[in-house]
Amino acid sequence: MIHFVLLISRQGKVRLTKWYSPYPQKERTKVIRELSGLILPRGPKLCNFVEWRGFKVVYRRYASLYFCMCINQDDNELEILEIIHHYVEILDRYFGSVCELDLIFNFHKAYYILDELLIAGELQESSKKTVARHIAAQDSLVETAKEQASSLSNIIAEATK
Amino acid sequence: MAGGPSLMDSLFQRSLEDLIKGLRLHNLAAGTAAGTPESSTFVSKSIDEVRREIKSTDQQTKTTALQKLTYLHSLYAIDMSWAAFHAIELSSSTIFNSKRTGYLAASISFNSSTDVILLLTHQLRKDLNSGNPHEVSLALQTLSSICTPDLARDLTPELFTLLNSNKGFIKKKAIATVLRVFELYPDSVRVCFKRLVENLENADVGIVSAIVGVFCELANKEPRSYLPLAPEFYRILVDSRNNWVLIKVLKIFAKLVPLEPRLGKRVVEPICEHLRRTGAKSLAFECIRTIVCSLTQHELAVKLAAEKIREFLTEDDPNLKYLGLQALAAIAPKSLNAVVENKEVVIKSLSDEDVNIKFEALRLVMAMVSEDNVAEICRVLINYALKSDPEFCNEILGSILSTCSRNYYETIVDFDWYVSLLGEMARVPHCQKGEEIENQLVDIGMRVRDVRPEVVHVGRDLLIDPALLGNSFIHRILSAAAWVSGEYVEFCKNPFELMEALLQPRTNLLPPSVRAVYIQSAFKVLTFSAYFYFYPEEALAASISEVGESVHNGWCEQSSDSVSGQTVTFSEPDEGFNPRMLHQPQKDASGNDGKKMISDLEQVSSCSVKMGHFTKDCLVGMVNLVESTLRPMAGSHEVEIQDRVKNVLGLIELIRQEIHGCLVPKEEENDRGELKACEIVRVMHNALSEELGPVSLSAQGRVPLPDGLELKENLSDLEAICGDFRIPVLSSFSLEKPRSLEKDVVTVSDQQNEEECEPSSESTSLLTEHRKRHGIYYLPSEKKEKVPNDYPPANDLSMQDKVNDEADYLVKLTEKSLVPKKKPIAKPRPVVVKLDDGDRIHINEKLTELKEDLISDAVQEVLLGNQAVASSSRTDKSDKSSNRRSRKEAFRPLESNADSTTVEIAELGNKNSRRIKHRTHGKERSHRSSKKATGESDRSDRPSSSHPHGKHKSRQRADGMENVAAESPVIPDFLL
Repeated sequence: MIHFVLLISRQGKVRLTKWYSPYPQKERTKVIRELSGLILPRGPKLCNFVEWRGFKVVYRRYASLYFCMCINQDDNELEILEIIHHYVEILDRYFGSVCELDLIFNFHKAYYILDELLIAGELQESSKKTVARHIAAQDSLVETAKEQASSLSNIIAEATK
Repeated sequence: MAGGPSLMDSLFQRSLEDLIKGLRLHNLAAGTAAGTPESSTFVSKSIDEVRREIKSTDQQTKTTALQKLTYLHSLYAIDMSWAAFHAIELSSSTIFNSKRTGYLAASISFNSSTDVILLLTHQLRKDLNSGNPHEVSLALQTLSSICTPDLARDLTPELFTLLNSNKGFIKKKAIATVLRVFELYPDSVRVCFKRLVENLENADVGIVSAIVGVFCELANKEPRSYLPLAPEFYRILVDSRNNWVLIKVLKIFAKLVPLEPRLGKRVVEPICEHLRRTGAKSLAFECIRTIVCSLTQHELAVKLAAEKIREFLTEDDPNLKYLGLQALAAIAPKSLNAVVENKEVVIKSLSDEDVNIKFEALRLVMAMVSEDNVAEICRVLINYALKSDPEFCNEILGSILSTCSRNYYETIVDFDWYVSLLGEMARVPHCQKGEEIENQLVDIGMRVRDVRPEVVHVGRDLLIDPALLGNSFIHRILSAAAWVSGEYVEFCKNPFELMEALLQPRTNLLPPSVRAVYIQSAFKVLTFSAYFYFYPEEALAASISEVGESVHNGWCEQSSDSVSGQTVTFSEPDEGFNPRMLHQPQKDASGNDGKKMISDLEQVSSCSVKMGHFTKDCLVGMVNLVESTLRPMAGSHEVEIQDRVKNVLGLIELIRQEIHGCLVPKEEENDRGELKACEIVRVMHNALSEELGPVSLSAQGRVPLPDGLELKENLSDLEAICGDFRIPVLSSFSLEKPRSLEKDVVTVSDQQNEEECEPSSESTSLLTEHRKRHGIYYLPSEKKEKVPNDYPPANDLSMQDKVNDEADYLVKLTEKSLVPKKKPIAKPRPVVVKLDDGDRIHINEKLTELKEDLISDAVQEVLLGNQAVASSSRTDKSDKSSNRRSRKEAFRPLESNADSTTVEIAELGNKNSRRIKHRTHGKERSHRSSKKATGESDRSDRPSSSHPHGKHKSRQRADGMENVAAESPVIPDFLL
């Protein structure tokens, strides 16, 4: 299973963290620092796996962003690479050629998409289309709610004028 | 402004985007990362805002506030535990966005210590039952992230219902969530397991994938329980074309096959088929891994895997290369050929730019090491280490050291070579393995008698090189070199040179602890030299017997005869001062060639007679050197150094007296004082030349605890005891004669017991007295005293005979260590002294091997035991499997929910508990039969033969009757 997912920028800034195994907050900060130190300096032609505390961290770099997933020693590294790629493709489809800024400003959406893809550290949905469909459906739910809300606040705003 | 704040907040609230922009702006302005004062003031300001906004009654405002806080928490690790309640509040919102934000905040920030988490239970239950699938999905996602035992217990019924949801994506999420719930609340296994198994037959690949994922995780922890499900997995393995699913199924089989060898025969063919067919590297690699880990008896499969591994290795992709090397490492113990075939790639990979690949290659190279090629491989590696970066260099050295020392140096035949290799390693520029090399030098010195001359030789080379003293990483090695040189000084070619090396000025660069070893060694060398001067005959005889013993038994008497025939005074200034050493090379060179030795011996004797007058000058020179160097250090603040320096200076005083006494012609002029000084030198020499054997790790445990020894007492009491007397803590000699000590040994414990039994008021002085008498041999340690006493002093010929035979000596040693062990003697190889530690390590290895089995065995045992105790509901740490047993009490709360099912499970559980091993099997059978018993026989690819169907039917009938009698054991038909 996947223990956690990290998105780290090339400068070492965290863009997304999702923990599937329990790590206390202090530990999380430490883990992120350790892994940034381990992964960011690695050159482009090296393999995508890092051994770390008896686990394996599979990472892949897209533009300026490193997608890292931590797995058990006997999990399949190539499968995880595919999952990472899968995630990126879905993000790409959703945002339309995704870039780091998209993820910064829509961090919650990155989470929602990840939640559709992975649950409890297991791959949930291997079809890009299905994930896109679920997310779109949820978004439309949000939109209708927002419309109501905005109209409500308009009413209030007008009323208090 | 009465109702104002909330309204104002909602109108002028900073949106999430504003917050992020603001953060970025501040970071840019500060030009540094988050955490600088600049941005942290902004962050704290934002948090204050959030604190205000989040109390708003307006859902929208509250949502945005929580979203901002979640952002800050997840990326800047800002504490948001205080907002837990707000998250729960929002999760109950009717607005989907607010609900989603609330759940996201909860799933990110909640943990088991969040106290309000229980308040979420109700909302989760409501949402799990919701008609809106997206709400259900949200609730499931949240539950899977923050599940606690309480939540798991309370929400199990809902999950159970959802496992049958008609919406595929809900079902999948429910399945994945079940895994978490199982972990936290094992009793839920009994409720949900059956539905899980049912879903294995689902036509939807996604669902099968999720299910297989769950079983893969479960099987990871306790594979044995899932053995009965093997037919299902087999079907998936054969039928499925989905790589995600196949990878997981392979993982399950990798766990199951070792438990049931017959299973291997069945699955090996489909796995090979996948391996041949697939184009996906991930699946190919999983096949390879399954084969090399679990199917190693199937030669064809291993061969195929080896071929595929070679393909991986030749790829340019570093990922595949790395994985290929890993697979090769896994296959190495079983089929070394595969590794040897790829030797070239492996050696090349040593210089790969990727550290991971290098390490993996190194591991592989070490796996190839055997008796025949160890020297060659080490040569290559050391040369390589000289060229590589410090980190990898040390990794190489480390792996050489650990590989060569494995299992008491079993791969080493030529210890002289290995010891010189150790010396060479010390000179590798980046070497940081000082501690390990130190340990091995000392260890080999103690364990392998025959190699001592070489150890001393290597030690000397290290000691006399002043350059090495500057490198702090080597200090530990130098410490070992000094120790062996002192301990085995009789093999030293030139004690004077050695003494100079030990006292060279640059030794002040050493840390005090190492320096203390140097001085102690100097002490030993001096004692030895003095002894040699005073008792040349004895010394020579001893040396000959010692050297001769290991070479040629018959030679011993001859040589001692020939020596005693002459009056010999020994001494040569520099070279060949030490006659023992003169014999030493012959031993190596000529083996059993006794004649040459005798002739050499005569040569030595004659020349030493000639140079008799040199003796005193030489000794005086040495004494002066030692004194001039060490005198200034007598005032050192380091206790270790000071103590030892004082010892040496004391010895020098003695020798001085003696030498001056000798100014008067030596022969027959002994007055009392001189004699005494000589005697003391002799006693000390005897004490020092007692052999130190390796001590068993458990030796301390065999030392009986003296009555009245209170280890836990306050240390302040000790001060009173030690006040009037200082224990010679570290000086390793006793002024008492070893002989008398030996006699004492028997009585020590008795005396001690008597003494210790005295009232505590008296004990202080008695203890002091006792320590005075027995020095460091205070504890009647069976091990420490008796073993060394088996090694007589080197000069005692009569004693020597007893232990002349190495085998005898080993037998004695084994007797002492009380535990039988295998005979370590191999003819061409020097004897390596082992203690029962060896057996201990062996057992440990076995233990780790068996660990997995033991766990499942324990589970089985627990199951059997439990059965006897009937069905008492208790949570079992050996989770799933054991808990799959059904216990009716625990079921009651659920029966209302899933009435018929639970009853059925309960029934089955009872039946199955009679056949522990196949309990799941039964369950799985039953459900299948109940579900699609008719369709089953159509499946031709099913591994099971037709006979179980009859059983199914009977089971079905039995289920129907609901009143089942004992069922005959279910045969694991899939294996037949």
